[in-house]
Amino acid sequence: MPPISSLLFVVLAGLALGSAGVVAFSRNIIHSALALLGTFLGVAGMYITLSADFLGATQVLVYVGGTLTLILFAVMLTARIEDMKVSNPTQGLGAGIGLVTVVLLLLGKTAATTAWTLNVQPDNPSTAKLGHAFLTTYLLPFEVGSIVLLAAMIGAVVLARRAVKRDWEKE
Amino acid sequence: MEIGLVHYLSVAAVLFGLGLLTVMTRKNSVGILLGVELILNAAALNFIAFEHFVVGDVGGQIFTVFIIVLAAAEAAIALAIVLSVYRNFRSIMADRMTTLKN
Repeated sequence: MPPISSLLFVVLAGLALGSAGVVAFSRNIIHSALALLGTFLGVAGMYITLSADFLGATQVLVYVGGTLTLILFAVMLTARIEDMKVSNPTQGLGAGIGLVTVVLLLLGKTAATTAWTLNVQPDNPSTAKLGHAFLTTYLLPFEVGSIVLLAAMIGAVVLARRAVKRDWEKE
Repeated sequence: MEIGLVHYLSVAAVLFGLGLLTVMTRKNSVGILLGVELILNAAALNFIAFEHFVVGDVGGQIFTVFIIVLAAAEAAIALAIVLSVYRNFRSIMADRMTTLKN
């Protein structure tokens, strides 16, 4: 019987990678978008096993609650509902798989042959440390991040807005 | 079997590979965006794994927070662009956006 942490890792990795496979190979864009949910949940679970508990919660809240909803909205708004074929065609799958295999071999070789100086941390919650770091050392990047979000929000509104001219504006 | 750094790195590498494949082979713009999200998640997982197993401060988590923030901003902008493209081309397939060709 393997220890429970190994079992948990296998389950989470299987969830993340299986859903990622559906994202990459599904013929239906809605299936792809919904399968991304499994990947996000699996990665969030792995964050928690790596004692990054705050990030696990943030991942679920921001990605699942925000980004995924946004993506589903975009799919619904841009697919023609009447023909019901919300397609997701692929092109050049063979060349893509070949290139990705080369990249994966390179990454695997690097990860396996590099002598990492391991310094494994104890499994403690790290939210308090993260909060202190954000409000002391990393205060400026934190604030810049807020400004980036504000700018992105305004930009998205400007881009997605329909330029409708009212009658009194045309004169 | 003890789960170590290499296991997390392998999961992140496969996630990255699938994301790369999605970006390269999809024609649907939203599909390409899904691939970008996979790649960003793989990078964030690497940051957290290195922090837990090698470095040991909160620097990896800080980076991951910024990755999540920028991914959210990127998704919002990209989807606004997709909506705008759909309004002009009646299609969001990337091989149809050929106005600048020739």
